[in-house]
Amino acid sequence: MHKQAILLGSDAIAHGVRLSRPEVISAYPITPQTHIIETLSEMVDSGELKSQYIKVESEMSAIAAVLGSVSTGSRSFTASSSQGLAMMHEILHWVAGARLPLVLVNANRALGAPWNIWSDQSDSFSQRDTGWLQIYCETSQEALDTIIIAYKASEQLMLPIMVMIDGFILSHTMERLLVPDQQIVDDYLPAYKAPYRLDPDNSLTFGAAAHPDLFYELKKTFSETMTEALTVLDQCQEEFAQKFGRCYQPVMRCPEGDEKSNTALLCCGAMTGTVRVAVAELNKNGTPTDLIKLRLLRPFPNRELCEALKDKKQVIVLNRACSYGVGGTLSQEVRAALYNLPQRPLINDVMISLGGKEVFPETITEVVENREQLSSVECNWLDS
Amino acid sequence: MNNTNISPTENSFSKNTAWQITKAEYMESGHMACPGCGAALSMRHTLKILGPQTIVVMPACCWAIIAGGQPTTALSVPLLHTPFAVAAAAASGVRRSLTAQGKTGVEVLAWAGDGGTFDIGLQGISGAAERHEDIIYICYDNEAYMNTGIQQSSATPHGAWTTTTPGGKEFQYAKKDIMAIIKAHNPSYLASATIAYPEDFYLKLKKAKAASGFRFIHLLAACPSGWKIDSQDALKITRMAVDSGVFPLLEMDDNGLLRQTLKPENSIPVKDYLKAQGRFKKMPDLEIEAWQKEIG
Repeated sequence: MHKQAILLGSDAIAHGVRLSRPEVISAYPITPQTHIIETLSEMVDSGELKSQYIKVESEMSAIAAVLGSVSTGSRSFTASSSQGLAMMHEILHWVAGARLPLVLVNANRALGAPWNIWSDQSDSFSQRDTGWLQIYCETSQEALDTIIIAYKASEQLMLPIMVMIDGFILSHTMERLLVPDQQIVDDYLPAYKAPYRLDPDNSLTFGAAAHPDLFYELKKTFSETMTEALTVLDQCQEEFAQKFGRCYQPVMRCPEGDEKSNTALLCCGAMTGTVRVAVAELNKNGTPTDLIKLRLLRPFPNRELCEALKDKKQVIVLNRACSYGVGGTLSQEVRAALYNLPQRPLINDVMISLGGKEVFPETITEVVENREQLSSVECNWLDS
Repeated sequence: MNNTNISPTENSFSKNTAWQITKAEYMESGHMACPGCGAALSMRHTLKILGPQTIVVMPACCWAIIAGGQPTTALSVPLLHTPFAVAAAAASGVRRSLTAQGKTGVEVLAWAGDGGTFDIGLQGISGAAERHEDIIYICYDNEAYMNTGIQQSSATPHGAWTTTTPGGKEFQYAKKDIMAIIKAHNPSYLASATIAYPEDFYLKLKKAKAASGFRFIHLLAACPSGWKIDSQDALKITRMAVDSGVFPLLEMDDNGLLRQTLKPENSIPVKDYLKAQGRFKKMPDLEIEAWQKEIG
């Protein structure tokens, strides 16, 4: 059913991709994503993975190449990070608007200037409005699994999915994990059969200009599908849990937290691992704290988040991306979601890290212990 | 480019070439092109040669409009519209997908204007050419950003009026030598052509189709509104571009040399070609003479 392995995060992702059997992969290096495409390249070279592997000359071409291959009916993959993802921006919109199922892995990294290669979620948060689903992973196992789930959901929805891992923190660290057997993945994820494709025997035009009323109508449908995506993703995760024994949800309460506490921490990505340690410590030392991990940024799980946080008095959001002039990007999302609660918790916007600034468990415990001093209006930056 | 040798293989096209043109149409009536559009006629004949087993990939350009808006389309072959800079990369992806599916006998045609080729799309073309992607890339060059209303591109000839070179003289650079740029990538096939010389056009398209790997054809396509000419004169004036030596009809031979494939029967001065168009109205005689000297 599976093999145990100790793998680099990037390699775990490459195995997730291999198991999903993409027919076309486009590749362009960028730190800290490069190991993913290197490992895929080795897999293609050894024959372990039968994919067309296109070594393009830029990220814009990387995403455009898979725009072409998915339009022609092939399951496809690409990966990027930071400046590269920013360079893809225009085509990310196009891929989503064209309703193309595609999975892209982004190794979260800061955007310059100044140059910084370390972990930061500004790159993918900047792509929130492109129409892609966005899933943030805490561990390499989660990333491997999420790629397989993402292909299934993406092809059911005809929407692209971006899977995030924290650069270096996941991509460059080893983890003990389970690599599923091909057979069980094949049972879960059948070959992609495109409902529409570029085919001279059934000639269709893709992406032609739409007049304002039609454009509006198409975007309305798009938006509705995005809402349905929550249900479809849930079904795909549920089926995954049944087959593989690992359960994922858009909003997950961590067992280290105290569900009954008035205060909750909320974060997403690999940082959750560190926060778990801090929260266990806080609860042990008499500061009851709950911990909510957000896996899904788009579509935003409003209902699930309200349900998880409706009884809290205070929610501290730990941000790794900033919308300058407003504050933590994740905080804005959480505020908007919780606004409709009859009794809203106080929401503290904390900029816990940018550009790879180390997050220690003590950093978190200190924030929670001094929670009375946190501003609920301004973004809270740490003292340097 | 100044090589006036006539390629021995290419001077012998049959007088009957025109009668071998298929009656089948893969570009339908009701398209959105302006009257006299060289790009529209070029597409019509390109598809007649490449045939129905062709997939067209098209970035932003006049043709993104000519092909029609939803729910209509002017092409009866599959068409993928893409953003401006990425026709070559998207076409690469289309080809790789066909290969992955084991589909053969399908041509992948990237069809872009001069802005999408000489300027914003050049990097992607370089990448696709370097990888020897099995695609035909055709640039229909109307020598400016005509779709956005006649702005200068790096394919605009020196001295031409555009809305961003209003006096003609602000723009002092020579037209970018796209043939030399592509030639440096060692393509499988490389030629320049124009539908104003249809026999030459047909033979080159057929050769491109018979070859595989990265193939590039540079088409000169008149734009009556951008060139400030009458629609009815579009073909005549495009022919003058060839006859004056401004746009030589070239093909890369087996030795990697660009050879002229058609020596004009009636050579004309550059001045005649330029004076026939409103866009060169302000070009000083001295500069026209210099251009003439350059061509020889």
